[in-house]
Amino acid sequence: MSARIVAALAAVVLLAGCGDSGAPSAQRPAGGTVTVLAAASLTESFTRIGQDFQATHQGTTVTFSFGGSSGLAQQITSGAPADVFAAASPATMTTVTDAGAAAGEPVTFARNQLVIAVPKGNPGGIRGLAGLTRVKVALCAEQVPCGAAAGTALASAGVTLTPVTQEQDVKAALSKVKLGEVDAALVYRTDAKAAAADVDGVEFPESATAINDYPIVALKDAPNPAGAQAFLAYVRSEPAQRALADAGFQPP
Amino acid sequence: MLPLAGLLIRAPWSTLPQRLTEPGVLAALRLSLLTATLATLLCLLLGVPLAWMLARGGLPGARYARALITVPLVLPPVVGGVALLLVFGRRGLVGGWLDATFGVSLPFTTAGVVVAEAFVAMPFLVIAVEGALRGADARYEEAAATLGATRWTAFRRVTLPLIAPGVAAGAVLCWARALGEFGATITFAGNFPGRTQTMPLAVYLALEQDLDAAIVLSLVLLVVSVVILAALRDRWVGVS
Repeated sequence: MSARIVAALAAVVLLAGCGDSGAPSAQRPAGGTVTVLAAASLTESFTRIGQDFQATHQGTTVTFSFGGSSGLAQQITSGAPADVFAAASPATMTTVTDAGAAAGEPVTFARNQLVIAVPKGNPGGIRGLAGLTRVKVALCAEQVPCGAAAGTALASAGVTLTPVTQEQDVKAALSKVKLGEVDAALVYRTDAKAAAADVDGVEFPESATAINDYPIVALKDAPNPAGAQAFLAYVRSEPAQRALADAGFQPP
Repeated sequence: MLPLAGLLIRAPWSTLPQRLTEPGVLAALRLSLLTATLATLLCLLLGVPLAWMLARGGLPGARYARALITVPLVLPPVVGGVALLLVFGRRGLVGGWLDATFGVSLPFTTAGVVVAEAFVAMPFLVIAVEGALRGADARYEEAAATLGATRWTAFRRVTLPLIAPGVAAGAVLCWARALGEFGATITFAGNFPGRTQTMPLAVYLALEQDLDAAIVLSLVLLVVSVVILAALRDRWVGVS
């Protein structure tokens, strides 16, 4: 009697498993789930773009995983199942393309510039990069795009800065400012804008020397290639570009 | 065991020598060993009296105190780091006062690393020592008292030798846990090479750049830990 129950359960499990993988993935219409790995600085804007995408593409769900671009690139090259990768710098995208994990050429869809994030009201009176040397500063680690851009900007300003911490993504650096643990952090204009209730963004001229291009690409082993292409096309379309501009990104 | 075997198999044996001598590796290792040992000492200092109070003190709310002490065990380490920031951070309950009065700030310092590691590793020590205390016969201490020993003398010369294996086992667990701590360290103490970048942090960051470098760092930590723990176990924790 119990053997028949086990056999019945096994049949149910097998049938459930076979249901999805029946049709070849290339012929599946743009439905299902699109998994997007995106740089941490895209959190607010891509979440909004994802909701708009789901509204205009009924039956499709977009799931995001936000984090430091270098970490996400490592996940992809180690075989993480994802459909789209949006990086905060061409260098981190190169990790993915060099490993042959990209389907097609990456396309730049936005650009981002650094600002100095300070606690609301700028109590330290920070005016530019030179003022950072006398306070506690959080930077992103060098291998993360915002850390590389910060290094370039500091070098072009001739400022030698020793941070108190090198965070693994830009949101972690920003949260240190929000918590009041550091007096300043070099983050993107979009991050300072998203956290405008807690931080102020101080512009500085040298940020123009270290503008990050944000490339996006569909991945070769994508579980949902049609969905990936649809999302790619949407990100480059007018509504998404407007959402990115609202967040503080510059056009590509 | 399989993940460990995977590490050994995948290691870049050909480039191992020059990778090992890179300055960041030794700095992270030295810092890890130093902070883990200091954290264990801090745990011993605070944990043994705490365990004694729980086992022998006869406190009314001992059950709840015990539950509170084991909270760091179930708390995700990053959450522990956030909690530490809220208390010992620059704007924290205690940290704000420390900063205003003494200009001392724990986050982003090596001392901060020690505090974070001690916070997550203390429950191991307290549980082990409390268990040893409960197992030890209290009549020996009473006998010492009737012979004229003060409570401190009785504790030092009767209780401690009785529970020494339990304390040692707890200290070893505590040290191992402190050595591997990542979440609370990176949240509370941040990441800076030489000052707060312990081995687990170095592995995590290396993973984003160079998988081989990360494997080498992991192997170093693994070998050092195994050697120290094996040496300690035989000498201190084994049945005498």
